[in-house]
Amino acid sequence: MSTLTAERPTAEPAARPRAPKRRLRGEAKLHPLVWVFVVAVMGFSLIPFYWLVNTSLKKGASLSKGELFPSQPTVENYLVVFQNPEFLLALRNSVIIAVVTTTVALVFASFAAYALARLKMRRKAMILTLILSVTTFPAIAIAAPLFSIWREIGLYDTLLGLIIPKLTFALPLAIYTLTSFFKEIPRELEESAYMDGATPFTAFRKVILPLAVPGLATTAILVFISVWNEFLLAVTLTTSPEARPVPVAIAFFSGTSEFDQPLGTISAASVIITVPLVILVLVCQKRIVSGMTAGAVKG
Amino acid sequence: MATKALSPGRTVNGRDQAERRLAVRMTAPALALMALVAAVPIGYAIWLSLNQYSVRTAGLSRFVGLENYVAALSSPEWWAAFGQTFLFAALSVSLELVLGTGMALLLNLAFKGRAVLRTVVLLPYAIVTVVSAITWQTMFQPNMGLVTNVLSALGLPGGDVVWLGEHGYAMAVIVLADVWKTTPFAALIILAGLQVISAETYEAAELDGASKWQTFVHITLPLLRPAIVLAAIFRTMDALRVFDLPFVLTRGANGTESMSMLAYTQLRENRLVGEGSALSILTFLTVMVVSVIYIRFAGGNIREAGKEEQ
Repeated sequence: MSTLTAERPTAEPAARPRAPKRRLRGEAKLHPLVWVFVVAVMGFSLIPFYWLVNTSLKKGASLSKGELFPSQPTVENYLVVFQNPEFLLALRNSVIIAVVTTTVALVFASFAAYALARLKMRRKAMILTLILSVTTFPAIAIAAPLFSIWREIGLYDTLLGLIIPKLTFALPLAIYTLTSFFKEIPRELEESAYMDGATPFTAFRKVILPLAVPGLATTAILVFISVWNEFLLAVTLTTSPEARPVPVAIAFFSGTSEFDQPLGTISAASVIITVPLVILVLVCQKRIVSGMTAGAVKG
Repeated sequence: MATKALSPGRTVNGRDQAERRLAVRMTAPALALMALVAAVPIGYAIWLSLNQYSVRTAGLSRFVGLENYVAALSSPEWWAAFGQTFLFAALSVSLELVLGTGMALLLNLAFKGRAVLRTVVLLPYAIVTVVSAITWQTMFQPNMGLVTNVLSALGLPGGDVVWLGEHGYAMAVIVLADVWKTTPFAALIILAGLQVISAETYEAAELDGASKWQTFVHITLPLLRPAIVLAAIFRTMDALRVFDLPFVLTRGANGTESMSMLAYTQLRENRLVGEGSALSILTFLTVMVVSVIYIRFAGGNIREAGKEEQ
């Protein structure tokens, strides 16, 4: 790949944090103070997780005393969560919403991103700016009118009624990330397809798409996480457990009373929905990083 | 982009046109979908905000012009939410940029365990914001929380405070929950900027006898500016629409209500469709004005990047 891109510096994936060799400076003689910072950063990142798990394993006096280590760890909170039909419904809803939204966004976005990355096109910069600016829209500006429209046409409190507006933010995110991935694919490969008489669309289907599978996977992960996390649209446009996704279910779990909070159970529910995301980070760390910084800094 | 210069002139023109047509066909569905799900609702919100709706009789409404906006802009609630949102954004974004730069510098060092550090740092970023709020709630819960208990044990102030029950303390928890979750994002953007600074630049500085601090202030920071500005823009736009954290932690009580929350409350809790829509349009306009200001005054590099796209 590097031999191909060497002639074309613009296509070089310079911003990828994948080529670490160049930055290896002064290995093994770190100042002790640096280690203090490393430990501090790790502590800041991990201690809250520890405390969430700790809280989820405690009950009664052990919970209200705030023991550093649960003296009688119990999984009872977890059983309560899993026996709660509303939580299970919310899990189902979240999975459906996230999978459908991500799939639809990726299909539409891959076409658009190819055109924006590769084809000659009028007002390309303007379109890209417009797409990027949509990601900064405050969701309330969409949620407020949809609250009225959806109640008129029967989409209020339905899964479809959530999937549609979630596309507003999933689409630009997918287009933007995919465009920078497509740009990195060496042009020479398409050129040779053109030589063989392929049309641009055939080149897209037969050459670009297969090569872009890693980029598509990365984009899918990022879009999935953002749709899964989204809260404002979800809380505004639903009212019953039949349509509520997980973040809303948990938020209302906690809001019953300010004085008698079932903090143990809420923590258990939080841990349950965090585990898959933690696994995703552990397995796909490199992808997530490359997707997050895609197109962010041009070399 | 003169990549097809080798082909004879006429076919280039023919293919050019075909290519432009294909480009339009390929982008049109996505753009149409985005217009449908973004532009149409916002347009309708503007219409809603110009009317007043009967709370008692569904479907009954009258045109009131800008009355809802006048009412919103002369209400102390709007300005309180406006001020709190900007306070939150200023505090959280500046902390995230400083800590994010620090994290990026650490992640850019070559040492055993860097991969572990990167994974650990990334974990809070993937977490659901609502869960981030709950996590920090458990940390600061009176008697049960780690922070409150440690403060009490050390005899420091804050141990016996109901953190979410008082304005300054509640804001601190909300900011902390945001910083915890989103600093990794800032750090990774800044790290990407750090990695494109060439080793030769540092070697030259070293030869000139610059100290580490001088190198950082006079070489690293200026070269990092585009990355830091980019992180600042993304984070500020996100912080100005903050909703999840105050919703879960305080329900907007104790003066922590954000602009988005105020609009939500008027719309859903108080069923004031006109007023709620006006507030959501005001929130939208505020965020857009800030983004224009950012790109005008701080984002020269962004515009250059945009030009490069052409």
